[in-house]
Amino acid sequence: MKEDELKKTIYQMLKEIAPDTEPLNLKDEENIQETLYIDSYDALQFIVALDERLGVEIPEQDYGKVKSIKDLISYLKTKIKIT
Amino acid sequence: MIDNPKVNISYREAIKQGIREALQKDEHIFLMGEDVGRYGGAFAVSKGLLAEFGEERIIDVPLSESGFVGAGIGAAIAGMKPIIEVMTVNFSLLALDQIVNNAATLLHMSGGQCNVPVVIRMCSGIGRQLAAQHSHSWESFYAHIPGLIVLSVGTHEDARGMLLSALKSPDPVILFEYTAMLNLEKEFVFDSSIINIKKAKILRTGKDISIITYGSSVYKCLDAAIELSKIGIEAEVIDLRVLRPLDEETFLASVAKTHRVLIVEEAWKSVSISAEISARIMEKGFYDLDAPVHRLCGIEVPIPYPAHLEDAAIPQISDIIKTVKKLIHHD
Amino acid sequence: MIEFQMPSLGADMEDGTLVAWKKKPGDFVSRGDIIAEVETQKGLIEIEVFDQGILGELLIKEGTKVAVGTVMALIREKSEIDVEKEVIELQPIEEKVAFEISPKITEERKQKITPLARRIAVENNIDFSKIIGTGEDGAITKEDIEKAQTLKYQHFKIGNGEEKFAKKEILIKKEIIESATESIRMAVAAAMSKSNKEIPHYYIEKKIDMSKALKWLQEANKNRTVKERLLPASLLIKATALALVEFPDLNATWNNGLQLKKEINIGFVVSLRTGGIIVPAIHQANTKTIDEIMAALNDIIPRARALKLRSSELSDSTITITNIGEGGAETVFGVIYPPQVAIIGFGSSIELPFAENGMLGIRTVIKVTLAGDHRATDGLIGSRFLSSINKYLLNPELL
Repeated sequence: MKEDELKKTIYQMLKEIAPDTEPLNLKDEENIQETLYIDSYDALQFIVALDERLGVEIPEQDYGKVKSIKDLISYLKTKIKIT
Repeated sequence: MIDNPKVNISYREAIKQGIREALQKDEHIFLMGEDVGRYGGAFAVSKGLLAEFGEERIIDVPLSESGFVGAGIGAAIAGMKPIIEVMTVNFSLLALDQIVNNAATLLHMSGGQCNVPVVIRMCSGIGRQLAAQHSHSWESFYAHIPGLIVLSVGTHEDARGMLLSALKSPDPVILFEYTAMLNLEKEFVFDSSIINIKKAKILRTGKDISIITYGSSVYKCLDAAIELSKIGIEAEVIDLRVLRPLDEETFLASVAKTHRVLIVEEAWKSVSISAEISARIMEKGFYDLDAPVHRLCGIEVPIPYPAHLEDAAIPQISDIIKTVKKLIHHD
Repeated sequence: MIEFQMPSLGADMEDGTLVAWKKKPGDFVSRGDIIAEVETQKGLIEIEVFDQGILGELLIKEGTKVAVGTVMALIREKSEIDVEKEVIELQPIEEKVAFEISPKITEERKQKITPLARRIAVENNIDFSKIIGTGEDGAITKEDIEKAQTLKYQHFKIGNGEEKFAKKEILIKKEIIESATESIRMAVAAAMSKSNKEIPHYYIEKKIDMSKALKWLQEANKNRTVKERLLPASLLIKATALALVEFPDLNATWNNGLQLKKEINIGFVVSLRTGGIIVPAIHQANTKTIDEIMAALNDIIPRARALKLRSSELSDSTITITNIGEGGAETVFGVIYPPQVAIIGFGSSIELPFAENGMLGIRTVIKVTLAGDHRATDGLIGSRFLSSINKYLLNPELL
């Protein structure tokens, strides 16, 4: 999957969880959860969505590695092929 | 008695004036019952009538409901038009065979030859601490029987005029009057030209809910409607007046307008007039209902003797208000 | 084919012996013809046939004793014979397959609708399957249909990747969410004002060391799929529920007197993204496992946010928990929802220096508070209650 596509998918998923926000405006380094006011329940739904749509199961101990868009993409690159 | 433009009299007095007018108009009409003559009526309804009309028109009968109701039926068959007064509906059980198997059925069994033009007046419902055996509401028993016309006098206008219309019927009429209302005074206009005994009457129009009732609950429903109006609920109040045959047209039209129904009666809920009306609304007004039909009836216990329990056993104005509020606000 | 059976010729007749056939196969028989002679307890009796047709096979031999009802012979009806003749000339008739018409399972499933509302919906081609009912028993009423007619809306699903891109799918008209939010806001405002006015609140707080609980959670989640993952909230709810078993005075309502509640239904504050809160109940939380509580959260939270809760979920809470979650305030003091008598607040988890056995370490801590109705309980009970929650969270195996 291309990196652009991946980013778009991530924004889509975040929009579903927080429809009143604009994930597109997220800076790559910003903490997603804090900036978009996503609570722990919705954060879990995001993890579930990542698992279902990208096939990447993120274990709890890795939660700290995916806090921003930049970190998330770096992490996903180690799990799936991204061009 | 000439029609007065406006009178302010008790329910009891209204009935009496009705009886008097009837006796004056037709000499075939006479009144018979326990204590109607010398005593002036167990509830003082016929006070003074013996002096006015004499022993042949105001007849005191022995203490035997089966006997005197039978005699009245006999008189009717022979061409008279008796007003049979059964002191209260509770005692009418002793005359049930006469009423059902003779009065109601002779026209049929005689192949149409034998009309029974009796009017049987009975005081019904709760009085004042008369206890279980003397507080019954038997409207549903009588409304069940083909061959009878069953009327319920819930207002002063009807107390004054229903009897006269009933006496015009060639077939037996049961006329329920209400012990609790006898002393009630009210100002009203009596116009005999509008006292029919076929239609229910919309006493108050409204758009939010149809309250269908009869007898001693009529005024309670009207009072409740006034209170409800203060909080923005406009109730339509229908006095059934005729319990057999029911005037479906009137109440079905009301349901089509308001889409919600509360039926209020003092009688017990099971197998009651309200059950019959619910069934008819379900059968013929189903697609107009925006909520199930609700019934507010007497609690299913023999009527208690202590006053506070007696009051609690039947629907009161506050109960009606509470029930309607619940229905409309879905609480 | 008509079956000619041994008739019952008397109430007590059980069987009869065929003595002689009076007709033979191929004979045309009419109603009333004598077809056989039968010997019974009552003697020799001639039996009649009641049908018309051609006598077919004689199934019983003369001299045989047969029970009443036994088929003795077959008669082919005249109509059958005619049809048969025709069939030879025509093409083979397709056999009509009898198919089961399964009762139409209505789309609405549990959704009730009044006859009037249904009539209006059908007349106006309105799909009412997604409309929330406000009538008796949650039935859709005429008013609900009318509201929906003017404002078409679909609730959005959260988290399921199969749903189409949210931007296109959300047809929620801004107005309806705003108006719903507004009414929620008003309702909350009313409840909170009443609470503040009538309920004498007392407040107590306790720090809970969550290290053991969170470790337990991590281990537990290793054995679960992503979808089954447990959130710390589920532990907090269960711990609270179990603590309430020990302190039933807090699981009660106040109405001129304390009324203890038999069930422990924990109301869980869910914040709506557009503002306002909604508090659905998790019924009998003390009897549920952690997984069951998590499942309940997974079921209730999306529905709460979509404003699609059942009335029992909104009205059955016996006590409330408000949970700040991540990154928020450290401590939250709640306002009791009348007629409940307590509200528990869990702050966000923080890293705090912790002293134990003379050693300084860093632990993950949550500050839990209790706001209690002083008419119902006092600080001593409240304090013991919080200690009980602490005990359970320090020993997650007990949950």
